[in-house]
Amino acid sequence: MSESLDLRLALAETELENPVLPYLRQDRIPHIWCPGCGIGSVVTSFAEAVRRSKLDRDKIAVVSGIGCTGRVAGYVDFDSMHTTHGRAIPVATGLHLANPDLKVVVFSGDGDLTGIGGNHFIHAARRNMNLTVICVNNFTYGMTGGQVTPTTPSGANASTTPYGNYEYPFSLPFLADAAGATYIARWTSLHSRNVTQSIEEALKHKGFSFVEVISPCTTLYLRRNRLGDGVDTLQYYQDNSILKHGADTRETAIDFQGKMLVGKFVERQKPTYLDAVNATCAKLIGDDYQLYGKTPPEKEAEKKAAAKGKKKAAK
Amino acid sequence: MTEATLKADPKGVLTGVHFIDGDHAACEGALAAGCRFVAGYPITPSTEIVERFAARIPKVGGVFIQMEDELAASIAIQGGVWAGHKVMNVTSGPGLSLMMEHLGYAAMTETPCVWVDVQRGGPSTGLPTLPAQADMMQVKWGSHGDYEIIALSPNSPQECFDLMIKAFNLSEEYRCPVFLMMDEVVGHMTERVNIPPADQIEITDRKWTKKKPGEYKAYATTSDDLVPEMVKAGDGYRIHVTGLTHDERGYPAMDVPNQAKLIPRLLNKIRNNTEQLLDVRMDGCDDADVIVMSFGITSRVATAAIEAARAKGLKVGNLRLIICWPFPVKLIQQLAEKVKAFVVPELNMGQMVLEVRRAVEGKVKVISIPHPGGTVHEPETILEQIIEAAR
Repeated sequence: MSESLDLRLALAETELENPVLPYLRQDRIPHIWCPGCGIGSVVTSFAEAVRRSKLDRDKIAVVSGIGCTGRVAGYVDFDSMHTTHGRAIPVATGLHLANPDLKVVVFSGDGDLTGIGGNHFIHAARRNMNLTVICVNNFTYGMTGGQVTPTTPSGANASTTPYGNYEYPFSLPFLADAAGATYIARWTSLHSRNVTQSIEEALKHKGFSFVEVISPCTTLYLRRNRLGDGVDTLQYYQDNSILKHGADTRETAIDFQGKMLVGKFVERQKPTYLDAVNATCAKLIGDDYQLYGKTPPEKEAEKKAAAKGKKKAAK
Repeated sequence: MTEATLKADPKGVLTGVHFIDGDHAACEGALAAGCRFVAGYPITPSTEIVERFAARIPKVGGVFIQMEDELAASIAIQGGVWAGHKVMNVTSGPGLSLMMEHLGYAAMTETPCVWVDVQRGGPSTGLPTLPAQADMMQVKWGSHGDYEIIALSPNSPQECFDLMIKAFNLSEEYRCPVFLMMDEVVGHMTERVNIPPADQIEITDRKWTKKKPGEYKAYATTSDDLVPEMVKAGDGYRIHVTGLTHDERGYPAMDVPNQAKLIPRLLNKIRNNTEQLLDVRMDGCDDADVIVMSFGITSRVATAAIEAARAKGLKVGNLRLIICWPFPVKLIQQLAEKVKAFVVPELNMGQMVLEVRRAVEGKVKVISIPHPGGTVHEPETILEQIIEAAR
């Protein structure tokens, strides 16, 4: 018996559980994602971020639209909604506003989020809606077969730009920043620890938080552009990612197979949509105003006192 | 049906006699029915509904948001439902066209919600400030695939209030989109509206499950009751909601057996209850030679024409649809055994008349009185056709 097999058997006996598994709907595995795709890595980072954040997972809802990344909502074991193409953010807005105790997370691909859903993205950022938006950006519409998206680098080949993309792409951190997002980070799917940390920060951030993860689409984008396989792409990420926290988002454009700035670009505080609703209405309506989604300070104190009493009684 | 009936929450009920238009009355109906979340997008002639909601809701306890477009509005409300609120979607023709995909989403995911369409002349931008009843077929058939909805048609501000509450209750009972098919005239007509005390308003509660997480299956139904029980996000059920064809757990299951199970159930939960969903006003139909079938604002003009015809000694029945969808096929068939003809005036070029023709199967004459919209019929136009039909 070889040493490595011994070790594997020993590990099997210890019954170590994959720490991500409890966050997945295991009755829905295997998933549909291709070998080498980066979406699974981002889901792993998300699960780990939730675990570390110590947030109540039953107060987290995951919403996605349509596309490969749109399938995330179906695999994670949270309250989840798989919605229509591009509309994950409005659904998330509805969930959040109807129950502000929920932490609502949107998983979306580049086509879903910034093509068909681009209007919702900029407006949710503008309102500083208290949502976390995770974009797996693989520069292509994967589910439908590799068409050009708003983030496909100029010159890259796509099935609807078979002679090369002649459009100018969005830089998503710049777009989010200009629209008013208050937390913005970008990594690649190679940077799994950083992705985890950024998602954890985003979950705890009050306001519109946006995490972009550049990720390989092995089956379509890589093959069409003759860029090798998933490993080659991770090597490309390794060689071309430039860490620059606090970078000016105007400098975050990505050229075809060019250098990419990564890091936490923006973290600022600003009243959220609901904070602004409450502040404005409380000021102008006065005592008639029913504070929304927030317990008035005096009731909060009562609640705390009651909770303390319960704890004491339990002891 | 097993739904709990509650009394209205007094916070949302503006009890008293008011002199308000149909749009404002519709908003009050929604508040009385327990609607506490609206995501809106302004469009003439429906805007007053969301404007009033935006002004009223901060004092009632709830939230309003004006979204960036109708696509967002019509799906943000559905997020609101899955977080536990009662919601309403307010629009007019061009907005309704944009919302069609989310009508399908609501039908497919069985999201209870009320859709208000204050109809104006179309197609396209058409007549923004003038009436029509030309979206009747769109709400029934406009989203892709097979689905069923319920649609109610008020003809006065009072009914905008009353039927709005009924619409909310039906949406909870059947877990489907329910339409309040107003029109520009009803929306902007000001009349007396009597809002009763909260304890006289019956409210259908959501069909909340009593099952625990683990036992609960989001779309499990029985043969007696085709409407599944509901939960909301945040309660530990870890539900999954998808517009894809799904199994009882709510998981995507895109195959022939699941499609064959799901789609007939979505249709039959309405179709099997067509009798319970019969809501019409009938006057003088028993011994009539001619029946005028109408709905909404047109029913007021039709009534004037019917009275004039009766004054001439003609036997004319007045049949007004309150619930237009599901269409009362059986009733029309029964009446067709007794009358010579149906006369169907409507503010479109002949939509609901097709349903009448489909029901009577050529047994009696069916006279359409179309109108391209922009104003209501002249009673004389309807009278002429009644006289023609009675011959």
